[in-house]
Amino acid sequence: MPNDNQEKKASSMNFLALSNDSTAKTFIMATLVCLVCAVFVSVSAVSLKPLQLLNKELDKKKNILQVAGLYQDGDDIEAAFSKIDIKLIDLATGEYTTQYDAATYDERKAAKDPALNVDIAKTDDLASIRMRPKVMPVYQVKEGGAVKQLILPVNGYGLWSTLYGFIAVESDGQTIVGLSYYEHAETPGLGGEVDNPKWKKMWTGKEIYDAQGEVAIQVIKGTVTPGAKGAEFQVDGLAGATLTSRGVSNMLKYWMGAEGYQKYLTKIQANGV
Amino acid sequence: MSNETKKILLDPLVDNNPIGLQVLGVCSALAVTTNLGTALVMTLALTAVTACSNLSISMIRNHIPSAIRIIVQMTIIASLVIVVDQVLKAYVYDLSKQLSVFVGLIITNCIVMGRAEAFAMKNSPGVSFLDGIGNGLGYGLVLMLVGTFRELLGSGKLFGVEILTTVNDGGWYVPNGLMLLPPSAFFIIGLLIWALRSWRPAQVEAPDYKIKDVNGTETV
Repeated sequence: MPNDNQEKKASSMNFLALSNDSTAKTFIMATLVCLVCAVFVSVSAVSLKPLQLLNKELDKKKNILQVAGLYQDGDDIEAAFSKIDIKLIDLATGEYTTQYDAATYDERKAAKDPALNVDIAKTDDLASIRMRPKVMPVYQVKEGGAVKQLILPVNGYGLWSTLYGFIAVESDGQTIVGLSYYEHAETPGLGGEVDNPKWKKMWTGKEIYDAQGEVAIQVIKGTVTPGAKGAEFQVDGLAGATLTSRGVSNMLKYWMGAEGYQKYLTKIQANGV
Repeated sequence: MSNETKKILLDPLVDNNPIGLQVLGVCSALAVTTNLGTALVMTLALTAVTACSNLSISMIRNHIPSAIRIIVQMTIIASLVIVVDQVLKAYVYDLSKQLSVFVGLIITNCIVMGRAEAFAMKNSPGVSFLDGIGNGLGYGLVLMLVGTFRELLGSGKLFGVEILTTVNDGGWYVPNGLMLLPPSAFFIIGLLIWALRSWRPAQVEAPDYKIKDVNGTETV
C-alpha cells in the first residue's frame, strides 16, 4: 500500500508529524513511554536502595532493643546495639555454629532458601509457617561482661498474617523478659493489640517450661488469676482476638519446643551461657 | 491568582469533590483512615501522583494514540506510584510500613486515572498540574475528616496523641471497635456525602430512570 510506505518514510524523519492513529506511531509511542518510565523507575529504585536497606536494618535492631527493654524513643540505635552480641545456633543440635557470618545472616531469607531451610512436617507445624531455617540467630545482651538476656526471633500465623517478632529470655533459659512483634497485619484494635505496651508487660517474669521440661507458656482465654495453679505459665488473652491469641500460643509452643530452641535453651539451663 | 486557576484548584475541595460528588477512590479511603498519620501521608502521596501524572500526560496528550491511551496513562501512573513508594520506604520507613500495600494500590485509584482521562487529555500541562493538586487535596480533605472520626472514636487519639484515655490504658473511654474496621469508613463517608448534598442541593443527582405508567397495550 502506498499509504503505508509514505508513513514509514515519514516515521524515519519525524514521527511526531504522523497521524496519532497510525500503526507506526502507536508502536513508537508505546516503546518511548515504556523506555522513559523504565529508566525513571530503575534510577529511583537503584539510587534509593542503600537508604531503604539501612532503614530496614535499623528497624530490626530497634525491635531487638525494644524487646530487651533497652530502647527509648530518640536513643541512638547503633550505640545501644553495641551491647548486643549476635551468635548463630544450629537448631538440630542446639550448639553454636560459625558456618555463616552472624552479622549478615538473615533468618527470614534463609527460611525461603531450600539450601538453608527444612520443611516442617504438617503434624509438627504448630505455627503454620511450613518452613524454618536450620540455623537461627540469638542476640545476647551483655552487661558487665556477662550475658543477661537471650533474644530469639519467632514467627507464626495469627488470623490474617504471619507475625514476626522476638522473645527475650533471661540467661537462665526459662524466664521471659518480653515478647514483641515488629511485623504483622492483624486487625488494629483487636489482634493488633499484640503491640499494646500493657499486654506486652504481662509477659515479663512468665516461665516457659514446666517441671517436666515441656513448653507450658500459653495465652489463655480471659484473664489469668494471680496465684492460681500454672499462673506463671499464663498470659491474658486479647479480647476479641481469639485467633491471634491462639496464634501467639502456638508459635511459642513451636519455637520453644523440640523443633525450635528447646535444645539450645536446655543446654543453657544446665551449663549457663 | 487568577479566577480560573483558583477555580481549578479549589473546586475539587467542595463543589466537585472526587469522593463527595464523583464517588471515586473510596476503596483506599476505607483502608488508610484508621489514623490521621497514615491518612495524611496517603493524601500527600496521592496528590503528588495525580499532579505529576496529569502534568506528564498533558505534555504528551497530542501524541498519545487513542487506541492505546489508557495503557499509556497506566504506565505513567504506575511508574510514578512505584517511585513514590520507593521514596516513602527510604525516608519515612515507619509510615510506609503502616501504609503497606495501599501506596502501591494508588495505581488503581480511580481519581488518578479519572483526572488523567477526563482532564489532562484535553488541557494544557500547567492547568492539568493544578487540577491534580486540587483533586488530591479534595480527596485528602475527606480522608482527614474520616480519619479524625475514626482515630478519635476508635482509639481515643488524634495523630497518635491521646485525647480520650481508653479503658485499656486505665482511663474511662471505651473505644468503638467498629471505627477501626473498614466498614465504619463506609458509614462516615455516606453520612458526609449526605451532609454535603443537603448543604449543596445542586450536587444531588437526577434519578437514572423514572417509573413510567404503561397501559396494557402500550410498549415502552
